[in-house]
Amino acid sequence: MTSSNQTLSPEQTLLSVKDLTMMYGSRIGCQNISFDLRPGEVLGIVGESGSGKSTLLNCISAQLKPTFGSVSYHTRHDGSQDLFADMSEPERRFLMRTDWAFVHQNPRDGLRMGVSAGANIGERLMAVGWRHYGNIRDTATDWLGKVEISTERLDDLPSTFSGGMQQRLQIARNLVTAPRLVFMDEPTGGLDVSVQAKLLDLLRGLVQNLGLSVVIVTHDLAVARLLSHRLMVMKNGHVVESGLTDQVLDDPQDPYTQLLVSSILQS
Amino acid sequence: MSQSTTASSYNYAYLDEQTKRMIRRALLKAVAIPGYQVPFAGREMPMPYGWGTGGVQVTATVIGPSDTLKVIDQGSDDTTNAVSIRQFFEKTADIDTTEKTKDATVIQTRHRIPEETLTEGQILVYQVPIPEPLRFLEPRETETRKMHALEEYGLMHVKLYEDISRHGHIATTYAYPVKVNGRYVMDPSPTPKFDNPKMDNCAALQLFGAGREKRIYAIPPYTKVQSLDFEDHPFEIQSWDQDCALCGSTDSFLDEVILDDKGNRMFVCSDSDYCQSRQDGSMPSSVEHTLSQASQMQSVNSEASK
Ligand SMILES: Nc1ncnc2c1ncn2[C@@H]1O[C@H](COP(=O)(O)OP(=O)(O)O)[C@@H](O)[C@H]1O
Ligand SMILES: [Mg+2]
Ligand SMILES: [Zn+2]
Repeated sequence: MTSSNQTLSPEQTLLSVKDLTMMYGSRIGCQNISFDLRPGEVLGIVGESGSGKSTLLNCISAQLKPTFGSVSYHTRHDGSQDLFADMSEPERRFLMRTDWAFVHQNPRDGLRMGVSAGANIGERLMAVGWRHYGNIRDTATDWLGKVEISTERLDDLPSTFSGGMQQRLQIARNLVTAPRLVFMDEPTGGLDVSVQAKLLDLLRGLVQNLGLSVVIVTHDLAVARLLSHRLMVMKNGHVVESGLTDQVLDDPQDPYTQLLVSSILQS
Repeated sequence: MSQSTTASSYNYAYLDEQTKRMIRRALLKAVAIPGYQVPFAGREMPMPYGWGTGGVQVTATVIGPSDTLKVIDQGSDDTTNAVSIRQFFEKTADIDTTEKTKDATVIQTRHRIPEETLTEGQILVYQVPIPEPLRFLEPRETETRKMHALEEYGLMHVKLYEDISRHGHIATTYAYPVKVNGRYVMDPSPTPKFDNPKMDNCAALQLFGAGREKRIYAIPPYTKVQSLDFEDHPFEIQSWDQDCALCGSTDSFLDEVILDDKGNRMFVCSDSDYCQSRQDGSMPSSVEHTLSQASQMQSVNSEASK
């Protein structure tokens, strides 16, 4: 498996967010957020419940249209494009099922529960025009192996899988089209601690081997430390601190971050 | 055809003229965009939904006193459903009816396309229970509309994939999805896939009415209709080991008929007019030829790989 970021050098920007604000009526979802994501970089977004993490993730993955600000993505063929100003809805939807992936906290939101594991993995392939059943099936089998699910389960429904297996299936289903950018919202959230550890190992391996760029939302600082290169700490819709993960967690500057880190240590 | 020609208090063909105009507008749009589902404000008809109220409204809208109507249910003209719809139009629309495919100008059908090749000037009206081919995997109407609009049809192949993974082959035999005019994916439900090739490049106008879901769609004459499939699992139609026990046809759609309670059975044409005509020796000679043409497989992939 080769890195899928050949078109960009590590210094270039894959995703650029400028002055992004999302209002729900008069309520602030997130406000005035700017950052750049480089190829192969893993950015963690941490903060307590209600701080605006999911809102931000949904805006930058084009699932929500921000009230103000811009999100630009470096497309494979047309260079940097503003998701909302330059791209049409069909183009955004195409991006979402090819170059991007979105891993939901609840696998039921990211899987088709009514069809087999193989069909779940094959869906994105068929969506981009694969029409050879045997090839689709072989590729799905391959990906089951990569996410450590027995290939004998290929024709089984996801509802017969454990929570951890469902989450790994969701990951396989997303990665099968070799996306460059993966968004994750609390991917380990609903799982038992021991299952979480296994999933984190798997995720870390995939991210490294495939050279993925990732934006991962989590309220779990241990998850953030394990996976992300850089961190943004959010509170009440604002970014209160950002920097290299080790720096932010070992030497927090903002009082809120200090509180967050110390409460983790105590618990 | 707007004057009331019957003694009843109903308007000609039961529907009021305003409703007919509204349905005609929907039909025109449907013909202009082959395979696209046009919403229409369906009316209550004096029969239950399962009885083909969508088809009845379309027929009532396109029919006039000079028309000759044939109604089939499965392939038969004499089931309760076919008889009652035929009687309904005899009473309300003052039309001639027939069981002969070639004599009909309008044919309303629930499950079959007649074996005899349809001709220019004929209209085939389908009664459709479930018009949305994507419904099986995507229950949200907003999402299926978007998929049609953006031509995102990968999900149709997910359904076929699932079929093969469960049964070893594409086991969908009815309501087999087709792509119309290279653009819209359409559900020909509930006809058997055996009839799919007859929809392709058909000389007659094909109109589809879904009463419960209030949708109309159409295939204009001589429109390309392709059955979806995989390169390594190409579309094929049903075939039988037997010939028709009554007329000896080797290439018509056969129904199994139980003869007694001792397990004796036979296979006969589902299209009773076709079968009878062959038994009477009245089948036009051109029909056999066109039938074998029609049963040649049409598939997306055999087209694409040329
Ligand atoms: N659909 C919505 N409508 C109105 N307010 C919302 C909606 N989604 C989130 N919010 C509000 O926006 C803020 C941020 O929420 P969210 O992004 O879900 O935070 P987090 O993911 O960090 O828990 C909260 O105050 C929340 O109540
Ligand atoms: Mg959240
Ligand atoms: Zn026969």
